[in-house]
Amino acid sequence: MIAIVNYDTGNIRSVTNALARVGCTDWVYTDDKAILAQADKVILPGVGEASTAMAKLAERGLDTFIPTLTHPVLGICVGTQLMCQSSEEGNAQCMGIFRTKVRKFQPHQPSEEQLSIEKIPHMGWNQITDLRTPLFKDINDGAYIYYVHSYYPELCTDTIATSHYINGFSGALGRDNFFGTQFHPEKSGAIGAQIIKNFLEL
Amino acid sequence: MLAKRIIPCLDVKDGRTVKGINFEGLRDVGDAVALGSKYAREGADELVYLDISATQEGRNTFTHLVSRIAAEIDIPFTVGGGISTIDDASRLLDAGADKISINSAAIRRPELIDEIASKYGSQFVVIAIDARLTDGQWLATTHGGKRNTDKELFAWAHEAQERGAGELLFTSMNHDGTRQGYPCDTFARLAEHLRIPIIASGGAGSIDDIADVLTHGRADAALAASIFHYGEIPIPVLKQALAERNIAVRL
Repeated sequence: MIAIVNYDTGNIRSVTNALARVGCTDWVYTDDKAILAQADKVILPGVGEASTAMAKLAERGLDTFIPTLTHPVLGICVGTQLMCQSSEEGNAQCMGIFRTKVRKFQPHQPSEEQLSIEKIPHMGWNQITDLRTPLFKDINDGAYIYYVHSYYPELCTDTIATSHYINGFSGALGRDNFFGTQFHPEKSGAIGAQIIKNFLEL
Repeated sequence: MLAKRIIPCLDVKDGRTVKGINFEGLRDVGDAVALGSKYAREGADELVYLDISATQEGRNTFTHLVSRIAAEIDIPFTVGGGISTIDDASRLLDAGADKISINSAAIRRPELIDEIASKYGSQFVVIAIDARLTDGQWLATTHGGKRNTDKELFAWAHEAQERGAGELLFTSMNHDGTRQGYPCDTFARLAEHLRIPIIASGGAGSIDDIADVLTHGRADAALAASIFHYGEIPIPVLKQALAERNIAVRL
């Protein structure tokens, strides 16, 4: 059974639809620690502002509980950011699972000859490289995945996929049983489906 | 590198797509989910579904369709047409839409942008502007170009951005349907004027037109309907040709 962490961040339909597409319908949406501890795997989705989301985890005592889990945990987007040490968004102190900080993109001054102007959020399809861990089994270096975000986790020793927009950043992070993608595997076509499948098979 | 996006647009009436031919392997071109899946498999980067139903019943059918699209399709999709209240937006978000596009309703009541963006985030709100060049000035229109307004394109696009729109979908009514290409200079000026991504729509007749708007026009994405629906330019052919012109696309 997959437990999706319920901390009142809204719509999880895209995640449950993506699970269903890879054949997984055995999931619960819960903030119950006992269920989270018993589940085979845990997904920490994320929508919204980091400091608000962190406060919602803390209200439920999940900010100190999630780091103690020993089975595979996957953060998505803001869920991943909450697993880092801190975020510049609302100056959030986060769970500190991944040894990195979350910063806001700072676009360069656009030049006349530039065909693409750096915009915030970083939105659309970008590539992941330097892939590590079984989360990226059967995924080619340079594969395209879908991003929508204004804040990014910096590169660090826990980086398991690197992307580049304005600067290099962690497209995904991994440490022990914890994984997190800054991109949206649930919206990333066949590549995203493979990544979700890989997580379910960990 | 962030890829330029190619976005097919599907018009939906009473739950069914209204344009298109029967592609090989796709028996019912009216099936909006099957057609969208086909485009997604072929490499479309996003989809836009526009509801052109005129009745309440048609709109209810559309909401049901949106949940089916969300269940089947694994790339982002935007829905538009007839969204005039925050309740309309909430209903479509709950059904699984990644973004909504608003057009006439935002012209009537610009605060709608603020309301939706502050509740669901800017990434959820696409401002669609259909504008016509008249006496040297681009003015926004409503009702598919039939009614003129006094909203000047650049000022209105900027206002929409400041109110919280996360993306601009701009259609030139002078070019839409002509297949003569996009007004690239106007797109380039918009790109310099705004900090949100711009989707170019209306006028694509060839691969060169799309390449032009993504380079000289500095657009982030190109949206088209008929060239895809009538099988004139298949998406894989288009993307391969763009890649050969050194335009970053997801292959």
